[in-house]
Amino acid sequence: MSMPMAESPVEKLRAEGLRKSFGTVEVLKGVTLAANSGDVIAMIGSSGSGKSTVLRCLNLLEKPNAGRIVVCGEELRLAPDRRGELDAQDPQQLQRMRARLAMVFQQFNLWGHMTALENVIEAPIRVLGLSRAEAIARAERYLDRVGVSHRKDAYPSHMSGGEQQRVAIARALAMEPDVMLFDEPTSALDPELVGEVLRVMRSLAEEGRTMLVVTHEMGFAREVASRVIFLHRGVIEEEGPPAEILSNPRSERLQSFLANSLK
Amino acid sequence: MIDWALLAESWPLYLNGLKVSLILMAISVSASFLLSVPLAIARVSPNPWLSKPVFLYTYVIRGTPLLVQLYMIYFGLAQFEWLRESIAWPLFRNAWFCAWLAFALNSTAYTTEILAGALRQTPSGELEAARSLGMSTATIYGRILLPSAIRRALPQYGNELVMVMHATSIASAVTIVELTRTARDVYYNHLAPFEAFGLVAVFYFVITFALVGLVKLLEGRFLRHLRPMSIPSKAA
Repeated sequence: MSMPMAESPVEKLRAEGLRKSFGTVEVLKGVTLAANSGDVIAMIGSSGSGKSTVLRCLNLLEKPNAGRIVVCGEELRLAPDRRGELDAQDPQQLQRMRARLAMVFQQFNLWGHMTALENVIEAPIRVLGLSRAEAIARAERYLDRVGVSHRKDAYPSHMSGGEQQRVAIARALAMEPDVMLFDEPTSALDPELVGEVLRVMRSLAEEGRTMLVVTHEMGFAREVASRVIFLHRGVIEEEGPPAEILSNPRSERLQSFLANSLK
Repeated sequence: MIDWALLAESWPLYLNGLKVSLILMAISVSASFLLSVPLAIARVSPNPWLSKPVFLYTYVIRGTPLLVQLYMIYFGLAQFEWLRESIAWPLFRNAWFCAWLAFALNSTAYTTEILAGALRQTPSGELEAARSLGMSTATIYGRILLPSAIRRALPQYGNELVMVMHATSIASAVTIVELTRTARDVYYNHLAPFEAFGLVAVFYFVITFALVGLVKLLEGRFLRHLRPMSIPSKAA
């Protein structure tokens, strides 16, 4: 860490030895990673390297075949199901931990029958137990924070992709999560809309939020991330501060990946 | 020529028949809607012990005519002594109960399939988003899946309402004096088939279009999010 820290970092999220197979294909072959508070970790790698799968295993949208997941010091209790995949033993514990790891998706995944505001207040009311008034106040704050408060009464299908993704970020923020997971948040956007989403993410990073970002945006990884993880065929090939990783890649694979992605 | 005097004279009979038809429809569709929500959820369940029986039920009901189903319930079941001696007999002896049961079971089968289809169309990403924010299964059904599926099902459900309305005429086969039976009585009594059935056709026509209009109103209210925007506006 190049910046001096006022207090010792608190571990927010740790995953150990994550393995995941789809049929006979093993896409994750033992991935271990940890995020301390304030970390902005960019996960890069070619498509098919398993980076989205890592993210989706962390909140059990995909059930890993092996591994441990610890959120804020609390280990998620996992047990193999009939197919040999790990499932949560206690659904309520899983729900509690998911609420601390809000996720932003490539395809936004806003609820189509709800307005922007309704999308943002829904989980705080139903999951965190906020009153409607509290949730609305919170939602308006975060919609404003990501610059879409003027669209709060619009339905997702009436918004641009950039607006939808910013509402989705506000929806995740409204959970006041310990870690935010971003799964290729700009990949489905028209090029001219990528900037507005990246700007929001950069400002969130500057606020000191803990973020785990799967991305193809090398500029974002270089300028915003505190650490970069390069994943190749289901293993972490290289890991470190962006200046080191992106400027002096040690492995041949990372060298060729960077050469291709900078073209 | 058309016997206007006869129409004026039998008008109150028709109004009474209309009342009976509307009550029959209302109790049938309320029951079928309440039943079809849990059945549709079971129908799309990955668990075959839940989905297969519901499929069998809708398959059998949709594969046989409503009139036959009504005959089976009203006439067919009465053949069994154990039913005639059971405490349920007063119900199965009652034409209203049998008509209600037949219509509700029939409409439940169709409504279940309509709702199940709409449930299957839910974008999987919307479910993942709900799960990723820590929502429980019950919350996901109550707040995301069902509200969005019922909205999507609305246009098709409107057709089902019209079908049930028209199907209530079948209740005339088991002594219930609803609209169609009223028309037949007027025909028998006055031998004026054109007046008797023409007027009833007008009644059905008006109710059908009232129903279609009602569903259109509901669509305007609940399907706003699927409407293309006429004017792209920056400030909403």
